[in-house]
Amino acid sequence: MPRFTPKVVTANALLAGDAVWLTEDDRWSPLMSEAELITDEAHADLRLLQARARASEIAGPYLADARMGDDGPEPVHFREAFRTTGPSNYPHGKQVETQSRT
Amino acid sequence: MYIYNDFDENFVRTRVAQFRGQVERRIDGSLTEDEFKPLRLMNGLYLQLHAYMLRVAVPYGTLNPAQMRQLAYIADRWDKGYGHFTTRQNIQYNWPKLGDVPDMLEALADVGMHAIQTSGNTIRNVTADHFAGAAADEIEDPRAIAELLRQWSTDHPEFQFLPRKFKIAVTGAAEDRAVTRAHDIGLVVVRNDAGEIGYQVIVGGGLGRTPMVGKVLREFVSKADLLAYVEAIVSVYNLLGRRDNKYKARIKITLHENGIETIRDLVEERFVAIREGFNGYDQELLAEIEKSFAPPAFVTKSTDGYEAARLANPAFRSWSDTNLTAHKAPGYAIVSISIKKHGATPGDATSDQMRVMADLAEQYGHGELRISHEQNVILPHVHQSDLPAIYAALRKADLATANIGLASDIIACPGMDYCALATARSIPIAQQIATRFDELKIEHDVGPLKIKISGCINACGHHHVGHIGILGLDRAGVENYQITLGGDGTQTTTIGERAGPGFSAEEIVPAIERLVTGYLDLRSSKEETFLQTYRRLGLPPFKAILYPSEDKADAA
Repeated sequence: MPRFTPKVVTANALLAGDAVWLTEDDRWSPLMSEAELITDEAHADLRLLQARARASEIAGPYLADARMGDDGPEPVHFREAFRTTGPSNYPHGKQVETQSRT
Repeated sequence: MYIYNDFDENFVRTRVAQFRGQVERRIDGSLTEDEFKPLRLMNGLYLQLHAYMLRVAVPYGTLNPAQMRQLAYIADRWDKGYGHFTTRQNIQYNWPKLGDVPDMLEALADVGMHAIQTSGNTIRNVTADHFAGAAADEIEDPRAIAELLRQWSTDHPEFQFLPRKFKIAVTGAAEDRAVTRAHDIGLVVVRNDAGEIGYQVIVGGGLGRTPMVGKVLREFVSKADLLAYVEAIVSVYNLLGRRDNKYKARIKITLHENGIETIRDLVEERFVAIREGFNGYDQELLAEIEKSFAPPAFVTKSTDGYEAARLANPAFRSWSDTNLTAHKAPGYAIVSISIKKHGATPGDATSDQMRVMADLAEQYGHGELRISHEQNVILPHVHQSDLPAIYAALRKADLATANIGLASDIIACPGMDYCALATARSIPIAQQIATRFDELKIEHDVGPLKIKISGCINACGHHHVGHIGILGLDRAGVENYQITLGGDGTQTTTIGERAGPGFSAEEIVPAIERLVTGYLDLRSSKEETFLQTYRRLGLPPFKAILYPSEDKADAA
């Protein structure tokens, strides 16, 4: 069986539609670095179930691969990296809207 | 242009009110995302990578100035001050907030527009030749039938849950500018031996993961029979199309698996069965609609000013060489406004630019605008004497790029910069290619060249029918770009051939440059286009240009 690789729970915020990550203290943060990095598969499944139950805050939760960086969890795949910054053709999205929120 | 009657108005307003309630119930938690998703998709609302995206239908690509101004207003009020014109002649807003969408739809309804059936497994926005009603080579303006199809397909109870999405394109000209052979149904206006106008009906074309060129189902369907015949096709597909596998659900696969003879027989059978039901009301309606598409009152005046401006101003001459197309009325021209400034995002227009184009259409263009599937904006009816003034206004608005049909007039889907389905980015590749050709100053020498980029296998960027097609993929967690060559989206539709292994994001722009400069050495004369050269020589010499080191290895 393949070894479980670390994950974060991520989704889109219901109202704004922007990418958010589930923190250890159950906030939806716009910053991936604040996410809870999950290293245990059973815990990951549980956190995803809990996320799914919060349908009035978010849409489309899923588990994304992540690794620990200097400032917290970082993306592994380029798609997830784009979700932490925004589009490459304009200074829109997270690259210019970095303020933290709960 | 067709103007909404009370029925259309009431229908659209009712739908907005319904959707407002659905959004409220989603926000207060009474609807789950699974319940809400099909409802929002029916109204053109997607959830993408960074935000929601609202896809607004521009039926058969036709807009009036008031509608264009309203699109600008919506961009300013609820989005980030711009809109993205798409390969289905639609406009997309990339940053709406969920709670604002009902107000955006209400604002669209104010100008007779909507976002209905721009998503989902329904009949999508009917597209048309963007030069419809203006082109010199046209038999008849195909937009009246497109409007009839829009009315028939909108909320058609039988066709709200088709096996998969269903796209129809129409053209009234021999030169196919509407990619009809890559649609579920393509309709081409033709004359029969008796001189009567009717339609050649093409079925089963499509791009995506299984690209196929459409086949002629019937050479001639009379105008009176068209709606019943199209309904028969969709009806047969609705029953026969596969629902067990999303990738085998489009009518192109139904046709492929059952054979065109079987489909033809089933359609004829169904057509005979339902034809009586179309007891002439559709023809009365069509006659009414046709009045809305009567040609504008063309005027006769001197074109001396135009000729003088061409002689006096080389930049204007260059622009008029590339961005104008022959018009059917004497002294008139069709203006293509390039939304492909070198280095900019293909198809993106700011709200200010939209207002400038609306003003120009009002002042000089008989109040008409078109969105082309190539992501440009058209002023279909312009007198040549007004071209210098139009050019000056476009220059001021940064809209005067002289590159229509050239290497930098690139179709690009939003790719992974916006789209949740994408496997790689498209926009930065398009930006870099256009910037590079601008630096090289060779695109006018290169001549007609269609480069089309898709950020995933679904092929919204039409890469299969690009002379040079680029497909962005994810190869082991890295963006990788595959090149196809020799594609063609016109009346001689051809699916491009894959050239070989893909290129990294860093390698793809130099590869395209090699290909285009290499073509300059291969062409038999300045008149032989890239596509003609490719057709004459085939893949091998182009492959040698793309993969020079492999070539050397073979020789060694």
